[in-house]
Amino acid sequence: MSSKGITSRSSFLLGILCLVVVLLATSPMYAPAYIVILLTSILMYVVLTVSWTIFSGPTGYISLAPAAFFGIGIYTAATLGEALPLAAVVIIGGLVSFIIALLVGAVTLRLRGIYFAIFTFGLVLLIQHLLLWYEVNITGTRGRFVIVVDNTTIFYVMLIIFVLLMLTAFFIRRSKYGLALQSIGENEEAASHIGINVTVLKVITFAISAIFMGAAGAIMATRWTYIDPYIAFNTNFSFLPVLMAIFGGMGQLYGPFLGAVILAYLEELLLTEFPYYYMLLFGIIMVVAILYLPNGIVGLIQKWRKEGFRRKHANT
Amino acid sequence: MLTTILDVLIAGLLLGGLYALIAMGLSLQYGVARVLNIAHGEFLMLGALLTWWLYTMFGINPLACLAICGPLTFVIGFILHRTLYKRLRTSSATPGIFESNSMLASFGLLFIIQNVALIAWGSQIKSYSYLTSTIDIGGAVFGANRLVTLGFAVVIGIAFYIFLARTRTGKAIRAAAQDPAIAGLMGVNINQILALCFGLGALMAGFAGMLVSMCYPVNAVMGFEYTTIAIIVIVLGGLGSIPGSFIGGFILGIIGSIVIYLQPGLALASYYLIFIVLLLVKPTGILGK
Repeated sequence: MSSKGITSRSSFLLGILCLVVVLLATSPMYAPAYIVILLTSILMYVVLTVSWTIFSGPTGYISLAPAAFFGIGIYTAATLGEALPLAAVVIIGGLVSFIIALLVGAVTLRLRGIYFAIFTFGLVLLIQHLLLWYEVNITGTRGRFVIVVDNTTIFYVMLIIFVLLMLTAFFIRRSKYGLALQSIGENEEAASHIGINVTVLKVITFAISAIFMGAAGAIMATRWTYIDPYIAFNTNFSFLPVLMAIFGGMGQLYGPFLGAVILAYLEELLLTEFPYYYMLLFGIIMVVAILYLPNGIVGLIQKWRKEGFRRKHANT
Repeated sequence: MLTTILDVLIAGLLLGGLYALIAMGLSLQYGVARVLNIAHGEFLMLGALLTWWLYTMFGINPLACLAICGPLTFVIGFILHRTLYKRLRTSSATPGIFESNSMLASFGLLFIIQNVALIAWGSQIKSYSYLTSTIDIGGAVFGANRLVTLGFAVVIGIAFYIFLARTRTGKAIRAAAQDPAIAGLMGVNINQILALCFGLGALMAGFAGMLVSMCYPVNAVMGFEYTTIAIIVIVLGGLGSIPGSFIGGFILGIIGSIVIYLQPGLALASYYLIFIVLLLVKPTGILGK
């Protein structure tokens, strides 16, 4: 594909993104309250999925830590929510996640492949159990209340996080850092031999992706009003972003976005009526997606386009 | 003081026997078939709930349920490998990609098995009492069911070791663990052997489930905790090493029972801490290469 093709395609997608943002930003004016809440949930999953893809997509390191950073954001909101204004709480939520991700990344990103995945997962469970022990034995109370914020504000904050994330993801992909990340995913030794500082790049990207997860957690906490370690560090927040990204396809930026929107909407549809069947269905989608859609929906779209292109040329 | 030490030590061995059995199954699935089966605990849950169901509904002796749970989970595991994982193995470009993909697919399986069990049995906590009479060992008192659990774990572990070391199939499994491609060239029916290992791993989980149900309350969402313990044990013993996971199980069990004695709420947190420190300091474990 020529570089001109890439540029025009990206500006087309950027245009679509702007349109989506404008539509979303004006939605509280005409849409019913329920839709705004639904859109917030969908945006939350989009933020988790896209920020997961920033790091794990190009490098191929499967991080199961989203729930840890999301939960850190939630606990930041719970502890600071009453003392500080909302904007500060969200920013601090992101920064705390960033710092913890830097520390975690610096010591763990030496681990390869499956070790990294199980380490990050262990991290979620470790934080969850330490907090639980701390709450039960030291403070003597389990769980906390979070200061309540109205739904429209939550929605707008989530929208801002979403826009910042999409821009970050877009520019990382287009910059030389994106290329460097891609080369780490393809062959880490080769990447370090051509002069890429592999460790620094991995750690920084891992931490950047954690900012958005933390910020999303901080704002979502205000909607849940009550939280405890099991709610905040729910391991589903680690699995679902992975599932959504795989389902959408990580080859293009819009893949994880699409995957998250479709599955988050499906969750909302199923959760109220069939709470058991919904996770069952998610499991089936996950297995089928891995077996038959290795490149996700994006791969499917690209395949169709290629076939359509071929057919058009065959006819002329 | 001496009685306390003996108490904690024996409790640790009893816990460790269970951990060793669960981890050996996972070790077989990961060490040979290269599938880090996150749904491992769900097979255990199936074994446990099935035993509970057969015992309370039909009054079938839990120990006799071994003959039902084991073969059933074996067949499920065998078929899963012949269909799902075999397909993934042929479609993945490198062994590394296969490991990631098969781990993610097993996450999907976890959701499927767990929710099928929730639909079938509901989410209530279930228990029954069987062999609850106590036995006195040097002043420390234990339930007979715990001792039976330990006995079974040791017997199954030793039997399996003999199977690996002495039989032709065992030799094929060891060859496949070293290098599947070359084992295939040497005339080992590799798909059959990998599926057999996956099935045997599930069988051990099924056995362990039956033993767990004798000692602890069970429910449909119990599996995941055992999966994480099994992962910790196999990392402790060295990923892929079956004797390592047997020893690792006992080590973790003893550590667990010491922590439970000192600070009950921190048992699981201490496992994760050990796990994380281990991954950072010596990711190959005690017997890993």
